[in-house]
Formats: sequence, structure tokens, C-alpha cells
Amino acid sequence: MPFDIYNFTSFTQWIDSSLHNAMSPFWTALTEMVIIGVLVLMFYAVVGLFLVYAERKVCAFMQNRLGPNRVGPFGIFQTIADLVKLLFVELIPIKNADGFLFNLAPFIVIIAGFMAIAAIPFANGLHAIDMNIGVLYVIAVSSMGVIGVLLAGWSSNNKYSLIGAMRSGAQIISYELSVGLALITIVILAGSMQLSVIVEAQRDGWFIFKGHIPAFIAFIIFLISSTAETNRGPFDLAEAESELTAGYHTEYSGIKFAFFFLAEYMNMFIVASIAATIFLGGWMPFHVGPWVGFNHIMDFIPPFVWYIGKTFFVIFLMMWFKWTFPRLRIDQLLTLEWKYLLPINLVNVLIMAFLVLMGWHF
Amino acid sequence: MRSIIEYLKEIVFGVWSLMQGMKVTGSYFFRPSTIVTQKYPDNRKELVMYERFKGEVVMPHNEKNEHKCTGCGICELNCPNGTIEIISKTIVTEDGKKKKAIDKHIYRLGMCTFCALCVKTCPSNALAFSQGFEHAVFNRALLIKTLNKPGSQLMKGVE
Repeated sequence: MPFDIYNFTSFTQWIDSSLHNAMSPFWTALTEMVIIGVLVLMFYAVVGLFLVYAERKVCAFMQNRLGPNRVGPFGIFQTIADLVKLLFVELIPIKNADGFLFNLAPFIVIIAGFMAIAAIPFANGLHAIDMNIGVLYVIAVSSMGVIGVLLAGWSSNNKYSLIGAMRSGAQIISYELSVGLALITIVILAGSMQLSVIVEAQRDGWFIFKGHIPAFIAFIIFLISSTAETNRGPFDLAEAESELTAGYHTEYSGIKFAFFFLAEYMNMFIVASIAATIFLGGWMPFHVGPWVGFNHIMDFIPPFVWYIGKTFFVIFLMMWFKWTFPRLRIDQLLTLEWKYLLPINLVNVLIMAFLVLMGWHF
Repeated sequence: MRSIIEYLKEIVFGVWSLMQGMKVTGSYFFRPSTIVTQKYPDNRKELVMYERFKGEVVMPHNEKNEHKCTGCGICELNCPNGTIEIISKTIVTEDGKKKKAIDKHIYRLGMCTFCALCVKTCPSNALAFSQGFEHAVFNRALLIKTLNKPGSQLMKGVE
């Protein structure tokens, strides 16, 4: 295999075995957890900052503007300056707010993002936990963020926050179904829920090509419903600026607001990377079944580059429709889910099962 | 059966119309030439304002330091907020006639709303708008301007 040069398995195993030689199993596990935690934290912060910048630039270009361009070349240090400002901003104590829940809410939102990131395969062997129910775990964990949103809305003691949180609750409960069913369509095709197996199964072609029509429909539905799940784009009713000031995080300031802000972008990244892993092959290079030479050339691009490229492609799609479409009303939102996405999705799962049964996929 | 066809039609039309929207924003994204933002303080040297831009009222003079203002005071009468004040004088022309002429055309930029009534109503087209828009000064007195240049005269042939 030519792309074994980019295989991180031996590297991670070498770290594991050398730590085992140095200390007891308990301390080894603890050290590994701390290392991974710190790495994920750094990744989280860097990706969050970059995505804020990218969003502002993409949005600006789509609206015929320039976007941030004063701090550093092309404004690349703008978000860092914003972060430093947010760190020093006063945390305003809210009278009559439920203090404990108010302070807990941003952490729940952040923790949901962290837990989801653990299951994502970044490259060959660069994978924190490879569970055999990876897809299920990711769906379960990423929907936990709504608890944080609901807590934030409830504990703020503010009507805007409460309305935003309730809308978010209704939205996520509905759209969770579509996310799950869209992923199930691919789980049927892959025959496994383990993310590493799913990526490996795309060695001779990504699922969006292998499963052709039903896979493509599932991809579109996943994009729509996961955008709704992350409270973004045309589905940002939970923080509708024009109606609810800032929705569920109206009362938050300083670093607590930054947590929500960062979590929103991180959720987008996680959703995009799940889409990239399940539909576009994750870190797997672009392979066309029998073209050995072509596949061999593609293998020289490192898997991490493939992964990041695909993820940012999906993120770009999500930004694209965020800055194109107007916000949906709550009844339109629920109509879209229950009258359109869910029936289409159920039929789609059926078609996919039939295709797999008949062997009509590539 | 018909309702199912309607339902499918609705989906196809919905997707098509969303695509139309995405086409517009996508075409803007991939063509940076459509950006309209001016990088203002950086490009003030090459910045060209539009012909009809109303910067501030000026009185154009020709190269012989002549203007077209007869001192009739119509601009002063038409100004809704008393921005313009005409101080006229009486001069004796070459053929010995006494004639009213402009001494000072005072324009208070700080009070001007740029409504253009003075420019539009001037019977001899003596006033115009300049393109300059950087009006900020450190002293309020600097906003009171005399539009006719010192030693200027009425242009020949303008009555």
C-alpha cells in the first residue's frame, strides 16, 4: 500500500507502548487522555477561530463586500483580536437568573462538541476512539448540545432566551430524525456503524458515488437537517437576531458568550466532518475502482489533507446556503421536516435497502 | 394520484427555485470583481466620486478670476435654513452706471443640508456642487466660507 507512509497507527502505538513501559496502566490511560484532551482543545480553538474568519469572508464575498481586511493581511488576525477582546469583557451577573444552570449551560454545549470530535477519524490511525457503534454515538452525542441551549434559555429568565430555546428544542427533536435516517441509509450500504470500517469501505469509491441516487438524496437531506440541528443558516430561529435579539444567549457576555459562539462553529465543523466521513469518504483519497495508476497518484496526497478538504467543502456548502436563503418561520420549519424530508427519507431508506439487496450499487 | 404528482412537483420546483438563489450568491462569490466596497482611507488618492455627488456648494471661477454671481440673492431666499448670506455692494461700471454686485457670498457649511435648492434656482448658474466630502475641521469658524474669491469680478456678459 503506497499510502502506508501516511499511516499514523504505528506512531500512536509507539506512543502507547512507550508510555506503558514507563508507568502503570492507570497512569498511562490518564496521560493519554490528557494528551488527546489538550490536542482536541487546541484543534477546537484553532478551527473555531478559523471558521469565524472564513464565515465572515464567505458571507462578505457573497454580499459583494470585502469582509475583515484591517487587522493583518486580508484581516486574518481579526478573529484573534475579537477573541482577546471577548476574554477581557466583563461578565455581567444576571439578577434573578438561575446561577448554577446559567453557568453550566455553555459547558454542556461545549462538551457535546468535544465528545463528538472523539469519534471522528481524522486520518489513517488518527482516531481517538474507534467504536463499533460510531455513527450511533455521534448522533447521540451531537444532539446533547440542545440540553445546553434549553438550559441557557430557561435559566436566563428572559423571554427572548426562553422563546429561542423552545424553538431550538422543537427544531432539534424534529430534525434529529432526518439526520438519523440519512445516516442509516449509508449504514445500510456500508453494513457497519464503525466509522473506520465505513471509511475503509470507500476505498474503491466514495459512498456518494457508490450509492448513486439514494446516497445523493441522503447527502442533501443530511446537509439540510444537520444545518437545522446546528441552529445555523436558514434554520437559525433559536437566535433569530431580528426577532429575539440573540435568542438563547441574549444574556450571556464575555467568555461565556464566546463558548456559545465557538460551539456553534465547532458543531458546524463536526457535522461537516461527519458528512465528509460518511458520504465523501473521510480521509480516503479519491479512488475510481479499476484505475490503479490514478488511484496511486491520489494516494500521495496525505489523508489529513483529503479529510480537511472535504470537510471545508461541506462547510462551504453550508455557508453558501446560510447566506442565500431567508430564515424559515417555525411552522414552515416543521412542515419542511414532517411533510417533506421525513417521507422522502423513509422512501429513500427503502430504495437503498432494495439497491443493496439487488447489488445495484457500484 | 394527482396529489402525489402535485407533491413531487412542489419538491422539484422548490429545489429549482433554491438553486436559482444559490446561483446568484455563488456567482458573486466566485467573481471578486463584483465587490463594491471602497477601501476608503487607503484609496483616497485615486477615489473618484460620482458626477452628481453633492459634496459642498462652491462657486466656479474661470482662469481670469471671474464668476457668474450677480448678487441677486435668490439663493439666499431659497435656502431653507439660512445657510447662505449675500453681502452686496454698489459698483460704478465703465460707462458710468451704478450697479449692484456681490461683495461676499457667505456659505455656512455646518448648517447646510445639501438640498441643492440654491444650485437649482440660481438664474445664472453661478453655484455648483464640488466632489469633496471630507468636511471635518478642528475649528467651527472654518466651516463659514466665502465662496467668491478675493478680487474676483462678474463674468462679462452675465447680467
